[in-house]
Amino acid sequence: MADGDKAVPEREFPLKLPEFKCGAMEGLEPFRAAPEHNEALGFPGELVPDWKEKAIAYMGELARKNRAFQVYLDMCVKCGACTDKCHYYLGTGDPNNMPVARQDLLRSVYRRYYTFAGKYFPWLVGARDLTEDVLKEWYSYYHQCSECRRCSVFCPYGIDTAEITMAARDILDHVGIGMKYSNEIIGKVHKVGNNLGLPGKALKATLEDLEEDIEDDTGVSVRLPLDEKGADILLVTPSADFFAEPHIDGLIGYAKVFHETGASWTLSSYASEAANFGLFIGSYENMREVALRIRKAAEDLGVKRIVFGECGHAWRVAYSFLNTLAGPFDFLDQNYPIPQHILEYTWDAIQKGKLKFDKSKNDHYRLTYHDSCNVARASRMGDEPGGQFEIPRNVIKAVCNHFYDMPEETIREATLCCGGGGGLLTDDLMDLRIKGASPRMTALQQVTEDHGVTHMAAICAICKTQFSKVMPKYGYEMDSIVSVHQLVSNAIILTGQETEEDDADGAKAEEQP
Amino acid sequence: MEYTVDGKTVPADEEGYIINLSDWSPELAEVIAKSEDIEMDEERWEVVNFLRDYYDEYQIAPAVRVLIKALKKSMGPEKGNNKYMYELFPYGPAKQACKIAGLPKPTGCV
Repeated sequence: MADGDKAVPEREFPLKLPEFKCGAMEGLEPFRAAPEHNEALGFPGELVPDWKEKAIAYMGELARKNRAFQVYLDMCVKCGACTDKCHYYLGTGDPNNMPVARQDLLRSVYRRYYTFAGKYFPWLVGARDLTEDVLKEWYSYYHQCSECRRCSVFCPYGIDTAEITMAARDILDHVGIGMKYSNEIIGKVHKVGNNLGLPGKALKATLEDLEEDIEDDTGVSVRLPLDEKGADILLVTPSADFFAEPHIDGLIGYAKVFHETGASWTLSSYASEAANFGLFIGSYENMREVALRIRKAAEDLGVKRIVFGECGHAWRVAYSFLNTLAGPFDFLDQNYPIPQHILEYTWDAIQKGKLKFDKSKNDHYRLTYHDSCNVARASRMGDEPGGQFEIPRNVIKAVCNHFYDMPEETIREATLCCGGGGGLLTDDLMDLRIKGASPRMTALQQVTEDHGVTHMAAICAICKTQFSKVMPKYGYEMDSIVSVHQLVSNAIILTGQETEEDDADGAKAEEQP
Repeated sequence: MEYTVDGKTVPADEEGYIINLSDWSPELAEVIAKSEDIEMDEERWEVVNFLRDYYDEYQIAPAVRVLIKALKKSMGPEKGNNKYMYELFPYGPAKQACKIAGLPKPTGCV
């Protein structure tokens, strides 16, 4: 069993290899999905009687269908370059959380059934039989990987370790062992249209409430349109943007940018979710079904463009897979990126001089930026290599006076996961989440000490929620995490907006006889 | 998991959210709150009642911002804010207060 040590790891920079704590996280398990959650996704409700044969056969099928997966299984030489790159290993010290060791939990079984040496001399090559204990071990440790792919950056062979985790979860789902958090959520998207289970009526009421707030704050009527046919742009954003803090402040930022650029845009109640947890569980079919909702909404509403809000893995699915999953998007305006990121949209408007800012409105923040893993390592923004790193920073610098990057080895391509990605953002994994955040918190501590950084900005709903929960454990306030478009929203001056100077002038004018 | 109220057992899921929303009663809310180390008082009841009314209308808990805005009106700005909500419900107004209010847990990246 997990050793139950709830202590927050010490923060020492540069990041160091932790002391071995063998078995420290053994047996840690997120809640398993109920039969109805599994069945809604096309998986067996409970562990099937012939699980062993099914799992072995499905593993072989995956390796046959997905050549990359087979190569990743075959080619690891155990050089160890990945060992100290995983935030969960750094945070927990459990050797099974070294990426190479975690992957070998599956590789060793693959070797047993699909390689010559493993079939005839398993003891020589460390090949293992598939047993019920192995399934349990898989369920435990493949839910201690956030599929962030930091280890892959440092792998000399370029093995995409997240693919192994995804395959393991997919195999488990196929024999009836699903994870409650992810599977329940995917079922809600299929049924209601978003992770939250937010019905259209509630979404409409929330948006109207936000319109009221913006008008109260600025004196300008800014709309958040829903299901408006004939709009040019469909905005697809994580449903957390309709619900949680600081996500919702980012949504207000998108609305203000669209308003100020004169865009005709709409949200959709049918495709009210950008996130696609089908990726996390490695299920192509579920990922496709979720993606097809976006296509259908775009067609039904007759839009010309699709823009994605601040969501990390949604942007990976959108940027890298949307066309394969739900394309071709030949009915959209081909003069714009398909799809486009809200930060590309905002940065473009800034460069064209369409937006006016008062940067001093963010002077109460000293900021840094957390690159979200799926944006950093699995996608791009703009026309230049590295755009996914530069564009968010450019936007932040355009709206804030005080910006400082964290140490180079912890940002951009080498960014550290927030500790809650890949379907692990569930309360029953809180201990793992707190420990997994420690490398990022250590890097943050550096810029707090060196530059007095108070706040960290992010462009992923998972990162934002994870940090608002774990930052207090590391001595920061829960609102030390902010949305990038929240900063845009604070600084933007809308045409016709009442400013404090206007109020002062108005008061003066009234005083005069 | 399950709760016991007046000798009756009420089933709940692994995290303590009740299975049948119709099992809820003010007495049950007190029992759930106790298991969360929370003592219900007038302000906490106001939050719980608001959540239940909102759920009746919209079949979901309100956004934290919507909840706080409503409470600002009734409790005033010094109490109608995020920080105070976390003092009332340390594990979050949305999740912990929902559990006590007998509503499903908000899911997703929240």
